[in-house]
Amino acid sequence: MRELKLMKGNEAIAEAAIRAGVDGYFGYPITPQSEVMETLMAEQPWKTTGMVVLQAESEIASINMVYGGAGCGKRVMTSSSSPGMSLMQEGITYLAGAELPCVVVNVVRGGPGLGTIQPAQSDYFQTVKGGGHGDYKLITLAPASVQEMADFVEDAFDLAFKYRNPVMILSDGVIGQMMEKVELKEFKPRWTMEHIEENYPWATTGKKKDRAKNIITSVQLEASVQEAFNHKLQAKYKAVEENEVLFEEVMCDDAEYLIVAYGSSARICQKSVEIAREKGIKVGMLRPITLYPFPTQPIQKYAEKVKGMLSVEMSAGQMVEDVRLAVNGKVPVEHFGRFGGSVHSPGEVVEALEQKLIGG
Amino acid sequence: MSEINSIIKPENLIYKRTEVLSDNDLSYCPGCGHGTVHKLIAEVIEEMDIQDTTIGIAPVGCSVLAYNFLEIDWQQAAHGRAPALATAVKRLMPEKNVFSYQGDGDLAAIGTAETIHACNRGENIVMIFINNGIYGMTGGQMAPTTLPGMAASTCPAGRDVSHDGEPIKISEILAQLPGTCYVTRQSVHTAANVRKTKKALRKAFENQQANKGTSLVEVVSNCNSGWKMTPIKANEWMEENMFPYYPLGDIKSE
Repeated sequence: MRELKLMKGNEAIAEAAIRAGVDGYFGYPITPQSEVMETLMAEQPWKTTGMVVLQAESEIASINMVYGGAGCGKRVMTSSSSPGMSLMQEGITYLAGAELPCVVVNVVRGGPGLGTIQPAQSDYFQTVKGGGHGDYKLITLAPASVQEMADFVEDAFDLAFKYRNPVMILSDGVIGQMMEKVELKEFKPRWTMEHIEENYPWATTGKKKDRAKNIITSVQLEASVQEAFNHKLQAKYKAVEENEVLFEEVMCDDAEYLIVAYGSSARICQKSVEIAREKGIKVGMLRPITLYPFPTQPIQKYAEKVKGMLSVEMSAGQMVEDVRLAVNGKVPVEHFGRFGGSVHSPGEVVEALEQKLIGG
Repeated sequence: MSEINSIIKPENLIYKRTEVLSDNDLSYCPGCGHGTVHKLIAEVIEEMDIQDTTIGIAPVGCSVLAYNFLEIDWQQAAHGRAPALATAVKRLMPEKNVFSYQGDGDLAAIGTAETIHACNRGENIVMIFINNGIYGMTGGQMAPTTLPGMAASTCPAGRDVSHDGEPIKISEILAQLPGTCYVTRQSVHTAANVRKTKKALRKAFENQQANKGTSLVEVVSNCNSGWKMTPIKANEWMEENMFPYYPLGDIKSE
């Protein structure tokens, strides 16, 4: 049954995974996301739904366990935070190269290096521009509330299996740690082996007499074969870009200026929009919900209407590059954000808007 | 000729290639042990009637394309990560038979953590470990198991233990862990050794079916092209140099 609970974002991820009928979680502790595995271990879903939960020896092992499970057509996931996510990049490019569906959660903290345990959004480039080697894309959902942390787990698995591609839930330390009211969905049963074998015939569930062997691999030693495979990937990504863009608009109808912000920064900027409007500044906010595919066309349209845009992110300026590419020089696009573990206030955003775009 | 044809009858058949082995040409050098071990795994799978329930995990190295040679479902792992894949496959499908197939660089260097922790958890899997003391696929570089004084392209004057450390006896290390139930070291360079290796493989798969924990079958093998010897000379060199350092036989059997 549906249930209303007060939860941390990290706890919501775990609870939603059990309820969505996820088959396996493999992870390694790192702040600020350890509550995901702690919640799962406390809930012991292997006794109820049969979900496997395993603490691996490293993030490298975790993501490769995800690869193994995904190769069997099972719904498997992991979570980590920035330094751990760097270790997982090898596994992620292999998952993309082997076209395996899985869900990876990054509760981002400040970097570079060991950085800080405080929240940040400075893994945007790593997530949407590659991170690992080769031409691949990671479908990326950016939750801005505890409710979305819960809801996006199932959405992410749906996208992952629809496109046979890894999906990232790019969260941050604010969303992971804050507590909010969340409506949890009803329990769904895990997929049966029959369901997997019928719907995902590529899965390595054991070679049946009536089919050829299944091979999960990302190696194509022949360059022409590898090129053809890359074309196939690019066609898939094009379909993702055409069909899966998600974004939210806040007070954009009469906007003269546009704030572009995602995740916890979007929550902060919602208040900034209110403050600015009280001061008579007509500003709206566009919140990308998918970071890849990026809402390029909606932003392009606003470039015809507004006087300037401000990309507000808890990084030194990463998403701003995608906003600029969308705007293509039509109007000024500036960046503002605290970073390295610091979080901007709504007032600081308004100040930046006035100084960088409105002038004087 | 007619006399020969008269004896080609099913009742006279004493050897048949297992159908678990594919028709593909092996990508290994002539004289290499991989092909023999592949055949033995295929025979064990056929004899145990587990072709439809066995999932193999291929490594990075010469046997990266092992999936071309055995007619079972396969996953190909990143370098060293096969035990992590095998862990998840077995945990999510405990009723299946799961094995990893790895070389010395894969299992005992880059994948040391995955190897040790899979064994320490006692994952109910079979790990097949081909130890030829060299990186074959990348062209003969020093491996964690390269013998002292043995030349490789990254130690052309021979492995200097004061610089590179001693070769690692990973099987002895893994035998220390409570999670392993069976650790054995075999070879496939003579008919008698081939038979022993097949028995060891069979035992390892039977251990898995009996939920006994991790079984590790190390096969000391040659890399005649990497060692820059003829296959016959490589086997002789292996007997004289590899076996004293890596003695054959069971290290642990519970």
